[in-house]
Amino acid sequence: MVSSIKPGETKENTGNKKSFYFDRWWLLLVAVIVIIILLITFKPDPFKRILLFVSDGIGVTIYTTLVSFVLVLFFGLLAGLGRISTNKILNGAATVYVELVRGIPLLVQLMFWYFAFPSVIQGLGNFLSIEGLIKYRANPILMAIIGLTFCYAAYMSEVYRAGIQSISKGQMEAARSLGMNYFQSMRFIILPQAIRVILPPVGNEFITLLKDSSLVSVVAVADITRRGREFMAANFIPIQTWVMVALLYLVLTLFSARIVTWIERKTKLER
Amino acid sequence: MEPIIHIEGIHKYFGHVHALRGVSLDIYKGEVVVVIGPSGSGKSTLLRCINRLEEFDKGQIVVDGITLDSAENINVVRTEVGMVFQQFNLFPHLSVLENVTLAQTVVRKRNPVEAKKTGMQLLEKVGIPEKAHVYPLQLSGGQQQRVAIARALAMNPKIMLFDEPTSALDPEMIQEVLDVMTALAKEGMTMVVVSHEMGFARAAANRAILMDEGLIVEEAPPNVLFTNPTNERTKLFLSKVLQ
Repeated sequence: MVSSIKPGETKENTGNKKSFYFDRWWLLLVAVIVIIILLITFKPDPFKRILLFVSDGIGVTIYTTLVSFVLVLFFGLLAGLGRISTNKILNGAATVYVELVRGIPLLVQLMFWYFAFPSVIQGLGNFLSIEGLIKYRANPILMAIIGLTFCYAAYMSEVYRAGIQSISKGQMEAARSLGMNYFQSMRFIILPQAIRVILPPVGNEFITLLKDSSLVSVVAVADITRRGREFMAANFIPIQTWVMVALLYLVLTLFSARIVTWIERKTKLER
Repeated sequence: MEPIIHIEGIHKYFGHVHALRGVSLDIYKGEVVVVIGPSGSGKSTLLRCINRLEEFDKGQIVVDGITLDSAENINVVRTEVGMVFQQFNLFPHLSVLENVTLAQTVVRKRNPVEAKKTGMQLLEKVGIPEKAHVYPLQLSGGQQQRVAIARALAMNPKIMLFDEPTSALDPEMIQEVLDVMTALAKEGMTMVVVSHEMGFARAAANRAILMDEGLIVEEAPPNVLFTNPTNERTKLFLSKVLQ
């Protein structure tokens, strides 16, 4: 009977919303890029010098942000499921984690992971006489990623929780009544719907994480911000340096915002 | 003969509300039982206890020889018991056909081709094969409820539970859903239906049950219960419903 489907009702025929398209807000991104190009073309000194000096930090910022974000998506989901769990231990553990972590400034947490955590490990090594632990040295990028993930997974768990709770109870009941277990119901029914709901706040979290990744510059990670500080310390031209750094962050955040909007359009439910 | 659903002394509390006060009921294979009663009488709760969507506090339910006690048993029972909800509860992110095939592949482990074939057969049975690739929210309420019935049937259940299947529908769509249900009853499906559709009850049901305040007040063949009730509570309720 598949042949009896009318053309107007097929999945493929419901408009071109799945295809990529540029809305007018792309112009904002283009404008920022044009400004950067104009600056390095007409004022190569100092702008081109700044860009070249800072450019290796761009990769570090992107890498740190992306790796942290993937981990945040995973651990945030675990914590979010813990928050809605009826199991008292899981629920309690997740709640304590979220409440404590979001109550401590990210900068303080990063300081802990980079400066205090290695000392804790070394102290533990001394106590247990384990050679490997005594010699432990913190890897800046690893500690930065752990710090960002630990903090943002707590925020993200709340986003997941809100998203899952926004799906009507009947969806879970329908899935369970068909014999699906809890995880199958989550995987096939609840999460695909919840993710559509939470896309805007998740995109927001990503952009906030991207900006907050500048805090890792204080724990020896050579990201855009740290490279900017190094350049300024050597050349004493704060205005030009921080304008350039700000423009680079704008390129990344404006681009991310457009991608989030595009994903939202692509995954919108048909009704 | 062993009843296919054996309910024995079920008690259910919602906080301080005593929703079910020791309900016992046996339903036999091929029977169609219609449950009526005022709102808050516990009829939906009783229905939802049969596949354990609702936990009960006391008593025992045995479905097709399986006691509803362990999580494992509950899942086995749920694969054998189809359920249709008042609010349809179709999965809005899946096409109509995917709604009907998902549980077949995930729970029954059928291969996708076979699941699709079964799915299309069932959509034809409920009269909307042409909507297979449409999304649920693009359908009318009556169509959605028919898809919901097809979705439940796709698991080849031995029992079908209907929780006020036509209460959320516009009047002109009620009949198309009742027609599907009547056809199902004629095929010998064991059905428990919470509904006030007297026409359906007369046409398809073997037994009608009136519940009030968490108890079964009266049960009889539908014609007898509707025209010649013995219990005062039944008479009062019917006089209000049949106006």
